[in-house]
Amino acid sequence: MQQNIIVSGVGGQGILSIAAVIDLAALHCGLTIHQTEVHGMSQRGGAVQSHLRISDAEIHSGLITEGTADIILSVEPLEALRYLHFLSPGGRIVTATETVVNMAGYPPFELIEAELLRTGSPVLVDAAALAREAGSTKTSNMVMLGATAPFLAIDQEHLESGIMELFGPKGEKIVAMNIDAFRKGLAFSQQSIQQTVL
Amino acid sequence: MKKHLLLGAEAVAAGALDAGISGVYAYPGTPSTEITEYIQKSPEAAGRGMHTTWSANEKTAFEAALGMSYAGKRALAAMKHVGLNVAADAFINSAITGVNGGVVLAVADDPSMHSSQNEQDSRFYGRFAMVPVIEPASQQELYEATIRAFDLSESLQLPVLLRLTTRLAHSRAGVTRATTRSENPLHAEYAPERFVLMPQNARRQYEGLLGKQKTLERLSGGSSPLNRMIPGTGPLGVLACGIAFNYAMEAKKTFDLDISVLKIGQYPLPRHLVEDLFARCETVLVTEEGYPIHEELLRGWFDDKNIRGRLDGALPRTGELSTGLLAEALGAKLPAPAQGSGIVVNRPPELCRGCGHRDLFEALNRVMEGFDNHHVFSDIGCYTLGALPPYHAIHTCVDMGAAITMAKGAADAGLRPAVCVIGDSTFTHSGMTGLLDAVNDRSPLTVIIADNDTTAMTGGQDSAATGSRLYDICRGLGVEESRIRTILPLKQHLEENMAVLRQEIAYDGLSVVLAQRECIETAARKKRRAGSKSANQ
Ligand SMILES: Cc1ncc(C[n+]2csc(CCOP(=O)(O)OP(=O)(O)O)c2C)c(N)n1
Repeated sequence: MQQNIIVSGVGGQGILSIAAVIDLAALHCGLTIHQTEVHGMSQRGGAVQSHLRISDAEIHSGLITEGTADIILSVEPLEALRYLHFLSPGGRIVTATETVVNMAGYPPFELIEAELLRTGSPVLVDAAALAREAGSTKTSNMVMLGATAPFLAIDQEHLESGIMELFGPKGEKIVAMNIDAFRKGLAFSQQSIQQTVL
Repeated sequence: MKKHLLLGAEAVAAGALDAGISGVYAYPGTPSTEITEYIQKSPEAAGRGMHTTWSANEKTAFEAALGMSYAGKRALAAMKHVGLNVAADAFINSAITGVNGGVVLAVADDPSMHSSQNEQDSRFYGRFAMVPVIEPASQQELYEATIRAFDLSESLQLPVLLRLTTRLAHSRAGVTRATTRSENPLHAEYAPERFVLMPQNARRQYEGLLGKQKTLERLSGGSSPLNRMIPGTGPLGVLACGIAFNYAMEAKKTFDLDISVLKIGQYPLPRHLVEDLFARCETVLVTEEGYPIHEELLRGWFDDKNIRGRLDGALPRTGELSTGLLAEALGAKLPAPAQGSGIVVNRPPELCRGCGHRDLFEALNRVMEGFDNHHVFSDIGCYTLGALPPYHAIHTCVDMGAAITMAKGAADAGLRPAVCVIGDSTFTHSGMTGLLDAVNDRSPLTVIIADNDTTAMTGGQDSAATGSRLYDICRGLGVEESRIRTILPLKQHLEENMAVLRQEIAYDGLSVVLAQRECIETAARKKRRAGSKSANQ
């Protein structure tokens, strides 16, 4: 088993927390992990991404080769498209639909949506709304992790214990809110998969 | 064995802790910052009472590490690649004096310039200083190699340069830790014949350093776990330096290439292993994450046609390597490149909403509009983002401290007004000496210190001096009291701030304007910490 995942978004959206939860979960499953992060300049509202590779065998390179990503998990729709050339032919995009417009020339959402739909069956999530229901828009990242969970090679239980471990130091309330956000994302995704099957 | 998920930078830190260091000396800089931060947060550091606070710059950091070594203890120095330019004088000369307690200098290079002004290759400095250079390829290797580097340093009595690059420093993988060694006892000996680098001592010490070179090469050979051959039977070979080893192995596996790979993680290059690779293979691809240092060496003047690499276009001359680039250079049939999206636009970084630098630039821009010459010299930090739209407020950013000195030189040339903007941490790093030059020459200069009470760009580390201490420093350096002004960069103070800037720019002498407002990120972090503390009580 080997899975290549690109996690993307805008600096400040909690990309590293998503990666950290998957890392912890994979570690508990006894899998090998390699994960790159972006620090520095770009974290100031720029494009940030993380390459995540999990496998039951040795992983040599931390970087994902173009055309071989199984999943692009994005917290911002244009940022999902930024890494499109990494997506494998059968790969899937799971992205939040809320845009972050902090630069000139941001394309209209309809264009972005059309590009996303060209990739087969992307899962488009109104993460902000689900996060608000969970108690804070800050949990959008965990909504998106939940929405991606059905496609990950790690089960829900391990992902949730990853969330508990990561947010544990911040107190029970924060943990509960993030678990709730995760489950809302998961339920949405499962529902939308069923709909495409029907 | 418990596996810890560590960034490469953190693996170096863990290695140094377990090697029994008594202190880390560093100045922040991407991608090296997390080395020191990991140590600062570690229970070991607190328990052992180690030195972990930030130094004013890389030179003071390395010199302090050398001093700790003089006193017999082990010290880690950490910095980014351009930081070694600042520390170079101390570093090169420490190879001449040699060390007592082990000294490892961890330098993080940034090929592709993700967060830097250039992509210089620190291995050059290692060659220049003629000390061992270690360049591991994985997190586990980084951890183990750091411990070995301290052994190497103590047995050779030389500083060891440990080089890592962005992708390794900032990627996470599982690391198992060994047991911790105890620190060295305090043990300072008089050795002026080594440490007083007057010519007669320096010449003898230099001879000694030259005499060690054969040993260094021998140590890179047989006994180093960092250098080894993964033999194949085909005519193609790869000399894989540092992290390039990962890409070579990934390409070998993915594209089923029958290649011999010589993994290199310790320099000087082990000659017999390289000869073995050339004996096995008709063509050798030299892969270096950085400058083609060894490719150039191996090609020599007469350009060995069996060598491929960055210099003949087999690999790009600049930037990071990748599995795809290596595979292509090795003749693998790559699948057609996946289609990107044509509608994607760049998303450059920006100053945070609510950042005080924004209000400073707003005021400065309005004031500068009144002059034919709008030139504003500046420097490195979050405020460098003032060069981008919508502000376009600053027009230079070269190396830390250059804001003041370049503005001074331009003023000497007759440019009026001569205005510069420098951050608090950049000022204490390298701006103070330049300000002294300006004081001594009575240069007509307006120095704006954008004091946000922190080293923001690299994640909010403590600055060496902020607030009223900056006032005291400027005063102490000789800036006239009446020409040190303080403004609060807030929207509602715009008119006032513009008036102050106008007055000081109009003044035909040296002024300092301290623009002081705390970084909003740091302020928020403090608040969160205070909140979680009271929640836990
Ligand atoms: C010689 C050198 N060391 C370190 C760095 C990394 N670096 C870039 S900006 C910066 C922080 C500057 O802090 P400050 O001047 O206070 O400005 P702020 O980011 O807070 O606005 C650092 C450490 C560098 N570019 N060059």
